[in-house]
Amino acid sequence: MNAHQSVVPVLIVLAPLLTSFMLPVLGWWYRPAVFPLVLTALAVSCGAAIVAAQDVVMNGPVHYYMGGWAPPWGIEFRVDALSALMLLFLTIITLLVGIYSKQSILKEIPSKEVPFYTVYLLLVAGLAGQVATADMFNLYVFLEITSLASYALVSIGGGAAVVSAFRYVILGTVGAAFYLLAVGYLYSVTGSLNMADLSRILPDLYESTTVLVGFAFFVIGISIKMALFPMHTWLPGAYSNAPSAVSALIAATTTKVAAYVLVRVMFFVFEPRFSIEMIPVTTLLGWIGAAAMILGSVMAIAQSDFKRLLAYSSVAQIGYIVLGIGLANTAGFTGSILHLVNHAFMKGGLFLVAGAIVYRTGLREIREFRNLSRKMPVTAATFTICAFAMIGIPPTGGFFSKFYLILGAIDAGNWVFVGVIVLSSVLALAYLANVLRYIYFPNDDATGGGGRQPVPEATQRDEVPWTMLGPMLAVTAIIVLLGIFNGEVVDRFIEPAMPAGLAR
Amino acid sequence: MVDAVFDFVIGHFNTVAYIILMMIGFYAMTGKTNLVKKLVGLNIFQWSIILFIVSLSAKRDATIPIVLAGHDHVTGPVLDAADYVNPLPHVLMLTAIVVGVAITGVALALLLRIHRQYGTLEEDELRDRVRASG
Repeated sequence: MNAHQSVVPVLIVLAPLLTSFMLPVLGWWYRPAVFPLVLTALAVSCGAAIVAAQDVVMNGPVHYYMGGWAPPWGIEFRVDALSALMLLFLTIITLLVGIYSKQSILKEIPSKEVPFYTVYLLLVAGLAGQVATADMFNLYVFLEITSLASYALVSIGGGAAVVSAFRYVILGTVGAAFYLLAVGYLYSVTGSLNMADLSRILPDLYESTTVLVGFAFFVIGISIKMALFPMHTWLPGAYSNAPSAVSALIAATTTKVAAYVLVRVMFFVFEPRFSIEMIPVTTLLGWIGAAAMILGSVMAIAQSDFKRLLAYSSVAQIGYIVLGIGLANTAGFTGSILHLVNHAFMKGGLFLVAGAIVYRTGLREIREFRNLSRKMPVTAATFTICAFAMIGIPPTGGFFSKFYLILGAIDAGNWVFVGVIVLSSVLALAYLANVLRYIYFPNDDATGGGGRQPVPEATQRDEVPWTMLGPMLAVTAIIVLLGIFNGEVVDRFIEPAMPAGLAR
Repeated sequence: MVDAVFDFVIGHFNTVAYIILMMIGFYAMTGKTNLVKKLVGLNIFQWSIILFIVSLSAKRDATIPIVLAGHDHVTGPVLDAADYVNPLPHVLMLTAIVVGVAITGVALALLLRIHRQYGTLEEDELRDRVRASG
């Protein structure tokens, strides 16, 4: 076997993992060094992801065999075009949120920065590991590292967050247990845990009941992890009660990585023909995704708390990703992956905005956001761009991913899905425009003032510090760049990773 | 009919056992209002799966997977895989047990925190108190 080997994929995981173990000691010994070290680890991880992505685009998939044990016996790390894209967005967003979090957590959870960053890095390591690994059981371990870290991060703020975190523990662990059961079932008939090896052995066993049961447990377990409607109940509480930096981090990454795992196993470990024709799981997922899009958006409209609104909107956006997977054709798959990356930045950006508003004013109720555009113009502008991307206005990335999804729905001949995508976008406009109205039109109250009256009192400009504004602006820039260069992303990362056997 | 059911249960007794355990755990998680009982239910749920996967490695007339010179034979090590149980599920589940213990630890820490903050672990009382404290 002359697979292209490199140590870089492991570095992406190891840098945050090892640093995370060092932090408690360092924090006890010399606290000012903690934050720079965290940034270094995240930057190393990001650099390694860029190097790996370049390597993958030039030379094809990169492998690394742990301890020199060749697969299927050893644990293999494998980065192909799809996982390279995932690793890139993961490491970039975690680096940006890392920079942002310094001021934010000083305000929201003072004197807890050492435990916060320890668990933060653990979360990053778990996420990157889930994406990079090519071993089913290793994936379970990384899944649980990620989950444990996110339970701790959600609860770190205290208050109602602890109750939300406990609910998250129960549901998240059930999801992971189902995944473990699926691995057990698949292992019992194939005797293998390596993904490439499984995909070679499994086609002869597609008729086996054991494989079917294993696959069903896998889909349900991962659906809980990705908060797919109606298994999303842990999400709103966890997102809205957590400290803002944590919301941004978790909302942008954990559910997306779970969606990636779903794609990886459905289309790469199993062949598309298994999940499309032999059991109609893609059809089912498509409809569930459609339901999530509508109901998540409707629930979002009903919220008066900004962070809760964003959380319900996440449920809807997961629906888009799953609907794209459910379409089971190339345009749908492209749209799904593109939306996955776009949404990570959009929702990350929106939660960063929410955090900035909490940082400066302590406000969370949308009704109280009056005068905000005068007080915090840059934050308001960031919110506007992110909101436009969520609604799907060109040239932001959100437009193109929805465009591909609609193309996919037309290719699949499913006009209901076309309608659902458009309707859900309109609903997104409804809940986001409401926030925009409060931010930009100060005196426009419910009785319909028109919003043209002069501002009553002169409002001082009072922006958040630059270390928070910088990451927010960077996320905004990335959202626009993802839209402008979406062709590049599709050509370099998504097309080469297209699973064989999807309908055109 | 009864015979067929009986044969199925005997033939798949590890599956039946894990499903019964899993349902007990599931009942505790959904039916009980006390959060500690929910956590115990979660543990039963996890352990049932671990038990099941370990049971997959069992083989008739097989011994523990340690190659010893002269084990069951007069000369040389026994190297026929059929004579040994599969060690891999055991090893995997060892990891899963560690993960389970970590989760129990985190969950108990959260419960401690909840109790300190709200003074109750009953779900309905907790809901009222969380709402009252805004």
